[in-house]
Amino acid sequence: MTHPLQGSAAELVWLLPTLPFLGFLINGWLSIRGAMRERVSTHPARVTDAHARHPQFTLVSAVGVGTVLAAFGVALAVFAALVAAPSDAGPFVQTYGSWLPSGDLRVDWAFQVDRLSMVMALIVTGIGALIHLFSVGYMAEDPGYPRYFAYLNLFVFFMLTLVLGASYAVIFVGWEGVGLASYLLIGFWFSETRNADAGKKAFIVNRVGDFGFLIAMFLLWANLGSLDFRDVAARSTELAAGGGLVTAICLFLFLGAAGKSAQMPLYIWLPDAMAGPTPVSALIHAATMVTGGVYLVARSADLFALAPAASLTVVIVGAITAIFAAVIGLKQWDIKKVLAYSTVSQLGMMFVAVGSGAYVAGVFHLVTHAFFKALLFLGAGAVIHALHHAYHEVHDTTSDAQDLRLMGGLRRQMPWTFGLMWAATLAIAGIPVLSGFFSKDEILATVFRQASGSALASASWLGISGAFILWVAYGVLLVTALLTAVYMTRMMLYAFHGPSRVPGAASAHVHDSPWVMRAPLVVLGVLTVVGGWLNLPALLPMGPVAVLEHWLEPVVSRGAGLLSAGSAALSHGTEQGLIGAAVAVAVLGIGLAIWRCRPAAVPAIDAAQPTSGIEYVLANKFFVDEAIQRVIVQPIVKMSRLVLWRGIDVGLLDGVFVRGPGYLTRGIAWAGARLQSGLVGSYVWVIAIAVLALLGLMLVGGTR
Amino acid sequence: MTPMTADSWLLPALVFVPLLGALAILTVGRVAAPGQELVAARWREIHVLTAVTLGIEAVLASVLWFTLDAAGATWQAVVNLPWISEWGARILLGVDPVSGLMILLTAWLMFLSVVGSWNAVKAKLRSYYVLLLVFTAGCVGVFAAIDLLLFYVMWEVVLIPLYFVIGVWGGRERVGSSFRFFVLTMGSSLLMLVAIGALWKQSGAGSFALDALVGGAGLGQTAQLWMFGAFFLAFAVKSAMWPFHTWLPDAQHEAPTTAAIALGIKVGAYGMFRFAMPLFPLAASHDTVQGLIIGLGVIGIIYGALVALVQPDFKRLVSYAAISHAGFVLVGLFAGSVESVQGAVLVMVSSGITNAALFLLLGILHEQRGTGMIANFGGLARVVPLFAVMLTLVTLASIGLPGTNGFVGEFLVLLGAYRAYPVATFLAGIGVILAAVYFLWAVQRVLFQPLVHEANRSLRDLNRREQVVMATFAVVILWMGIAPGRLLRQIEPSARRLVARVEGVAAPASPAPVAADATSRTP
Repeated sequence: MTHPLQGSAAELVWLLPTLPFLGFLINGWLSIRGAMRERVSTHPARVTDAHARHPQFTLVSAVGVGTVLAAFGVALAVFAALVAAPSDAGPFVQTYGSWLPSGDLRVDWAFQVDRLSMVMALIVTGIGALIHLFSVGYMAEDPGYPRYFAYLNLFVFFMLTLVLGASYAVIFVGWEGVGLASYLLIGFWFSETRNADAGKKAFIVNRVGDFGFLIAMFLLWANLGSLDFRDVAARSTELAAGGGLVTAICLFLFLGAAGKSAQMPLYIWLPDAMAGPTPVSALIHAATMVTGGVYLVARSADLFALAPAASLTVVIVGAITAIFAAVIGLKQWDIKKVLAYSTVSQLGMMFVAVGSGAYVAGVFHLVTHAFFKALLFLGAGAVIHALHHAYHEVHDTTSDAQDLRLMGGLRRQMPWTFGLMWAATLAIAGIPVLSGFFSKDEILATVFRQASGSALASASWLGISGAFILWVAYGVLLVTALLTAVYMTRMMLYAFHGPSRVPGAASAHVHDSPWVMRAPLVVLGVLTVVGGWLNLPALLPMGPVAVLEHWLEPVVSRGAGLLSAGSAALSHGTEQGLIGAAVAVAVLGIGLAIWRCRPAAVPAIDAAQPTSGIEYVLANKFFVDEAIQRVIVQPIVKMSRLVLWRGIDVGLLDGVFVRGPGYLTRGIAWAGARLQSGLVGSYVWVIAIAVLALLGLMLVGGTR
Repeated sequence: MTPMTADSWLLPALVFVPLLGALAILTVGRVAAPGQELVAARWREIHVLTAVTLGIEAVLASVLWFTLDAAGATWQAVVNLPWISEWGARILLGVDPVSGLMILLTAWLMFLSVVGSWNAVKAKLRSYYVLLLVFTAGCVGVFAAIDLLLFYVMWEVVLIPLYFVIGVWGGRERVGSSFRFFVLTMGSSLLMLVAIGALWKQSGAGSFALDALVGGAGLGQTAQLWMFGAFFLAFAVKSAMWPFHTWLPDAQHEAPTTAAIALGIKVGAYGMFRFAMPLFPLAASHDTVQGLIIGLGVIGIIYGALVALVQPDFKRLVSYAAISHAGFVLVGLFAGSVESVQGAVLVMVSSGITNAALFLLLGILHEQRGTGMIANFGGLARVVPLFAVMLTLVTLASIGLPGTNGFVGEFLVLLGAYRAYPVATFLAGIGVILAAVYFLWAVQRVLFQPLVHEANRSLRDLNRREQVVMATFAVVILWMGIAPGRLLRQIEPSARRLVARVEGVAAPASPAPVAADATSRTP
């Protein structure tokens, strides 16, 4: 039976990752060639003189942006073909060759076109193209311009491999690959130890998650005999529902997801990842890569639906992460750190959604979050870029372009950025008709609905009832929504309102970005405002209802159905009440922020830091990093050095096996004396001739 | 007895080409008076002679590899001549795809490393290369011998040149390193010789042929356990398996580049695969033995990684990484599934490749700065961009990033071992995390961060010759990572044979193929 997509544009899916990979090759080559020609040792001036365009600026930009834009075009074509195909067609798998044929294992290089993978591919290439375009302006004067675009293209390549892979093993290639790209881009300005550290930390923490992913794959293979999504989905029914095995598989998968998507306790790498260029934060650490974990859980919906305990774990971790990060976000002064903790918190929300079986709501929020968070990051990038240039104009090399305490009043100088970022802020806060309102409301409503009567609610987690967990999660999300409104409004007030705190004469040089950077902001602004139309609730019929819901139905409905079995649809009255509560919380949060966060009362940047109390704990992010350093990292390093290396290796093993008996020592002396006699030549002769003679004798003896 | 075939010239050629090359070099060298340093012109001749010899060897090895037929006879390119007829010892050479692969690896690694480290050795160049060529011949012999006595002779031929190389050209602590290597390897291989003799006598077959003795030749479990122990010890020492590994970091640290790479060729692990396991299946399939060895493997993986983490010297770090990788080989071989055994063979090969590339790159730094201490570098990415790209790529392969050769082997080992040894696999997986920690940290301190040592500003990047060598490594690393299919299919019959032999003895009643009933398996 041929698939309905056979012969359609969907067969071009291989072009999707190939195009950015070509971009990586070209830009990578330009980068290496350039670096070899202009070695720093011969041109020490090149490093400091950062404000000159790269000689191949046009070519690099055209390749970098063009390949991703072309991939977006291909994604649209594939998507169109998919829309035309019947909804029950099932995934369209294209196999390009065998990768790991070993024993009974068969892993192919294969991509899978289905409704979920193409939504992701559109986001990755679409938002990706916008952010690439923004980077043309943002990175224009960086000496590592081609290297930047090479890495960024490489990222898109791996991210597309991640979302298109037709088996867990192929996904894993993209999974670790985006980690690599992220590592390279976080440490892009690697001459500073801090940046290099941040990149390494991201890679290592992600590896902890990847370990979980690996174990999950081993379990799948040992028990289902396949790593292919189609096989796993088909055979998952053979697993005992709620059994230890499927629960273990899901928990290990979630460990992987938690690493990639920065959930407790593996979130620690994401705030540090802000060391990379800001467009990187927008693309990788907000819109695409970090949502990989949410994608993985949604992709494995059939498995998670069989493991309510694992699903509840996802809810619990998501909820804790959501509120924990939101609380930390309240007290950050670095504009990017505010957004970073906000991202961690919003990802937590998505996990609560997919954990409670609301896969569509989770993916919906993933999409709208990609719009408004990319906009926020790029807006922050525009601000940082403007301030950086202003400082450069007045030769101020010490002021921090990212610190909210040195901003203020930017609305007058950067009206475009100001307006667009406010739109995104209102969207993330959940103000009606903006995209974030609809997606967040859907998550809240679904969790509320699942809390009574559903299969998930009647499951239990370590003896705690699922219903209780879901109720608490609903409450936590509501509080998180409140905090979100507060910290986002606070950030906007401090950055754009009140008097200017930009030091010295630099303030006069601040202005909106050039159009190459402004245009992506505008597009994202439009998406932020109208993105909610993707999936309107039936309650507010302002257009076609629940498009995304119907679109994703074939992929996730079985899993979602299993988890929500037994729960009743909400009445209109209840739904209106829920919406009312969500809106009230958002308005309350904004109001609270306006009341408490007076731009005029911002402390000076050199003001004394709090040294005790809750403020102190918050400013230091609950000391999680310090705790991990002291409890895990330092003991391991110390033990390895003193006990394993110095103690066991050098002391014990060498002593017992090698140095122990006294005659050996005399032997060493004897051998040393012989070896140093300078007669090595003779030894060599002896050996060579002896070997030859031996072999010759064998042959002679053999023919006799 | 296996008959000779049309391609029987290949293996003798592979053994004798390096030896003839060695003779030629000795002749060239004789022009200078004994004890004097050679004049520069001679140096060049010696270099070229060695490179050409190893080049021919590499071509021959490639011919061998590409003419091997995985579906064909067990032993191919067979040489079968009488040797010591009183004992029934014969000159019995023959390869299967696994030994063919090891010969291919050896020939190419020796060739590339000699070409890639042109200036690493300044003193007694002639003797150095002669010893390396003798080593190469011995290595081919070890991989091709299928007569136990012949194998033992070749085994010693491999050890002796290495002993001298470390002792003469090593750094400050060369004598100690060399002696450590000597004591451990010689001591343990003598035990193996005793076991070979005992096996010959007890079997009563009147032959040293592997095929005649395989399966234990009717010996009881106790006898097999003892003999297996002796073989295992010799192989464990040579492959630097924990706790017999301490000689390796010292030796590799002191040895010149090519010798360090030669030390890293997994002769010992091959010995387990080819001899220790199929000869004594009652021992190799013994639950306690398997558990013990896999335990040692896991300890090696984690221990090697943790000690690598705190090494101040990059070369020593690479050695400990190799010890960690050797643990994966042990786990894969003894976990008893086709996937894990194939994975183990791939780890042997790819860890040899990545370690060779790393030693070549570090050798280039060492040549210029006279030090391998990580703290003496930093910020090199701006000074030597090509070097930086290569070091990053090779490191990523060592870490096991999917798409590189390092991933395929480790993945298959762990995947294949999981069903029988979940806990061990779990712990071994932690080694995967740790690999990222120690390697990325080291790379960061060498390539990234501020450039603080002025001496590093004038470092040179890879020259043309080094570029070609490193490009070859890069291609192989990616090719084996992306399209290992042909390789895997080639070695699969050998892996299946081993698994059938070992596991077949353990549970003769249930040789069930896994695929058929995989889905009905209960957890």
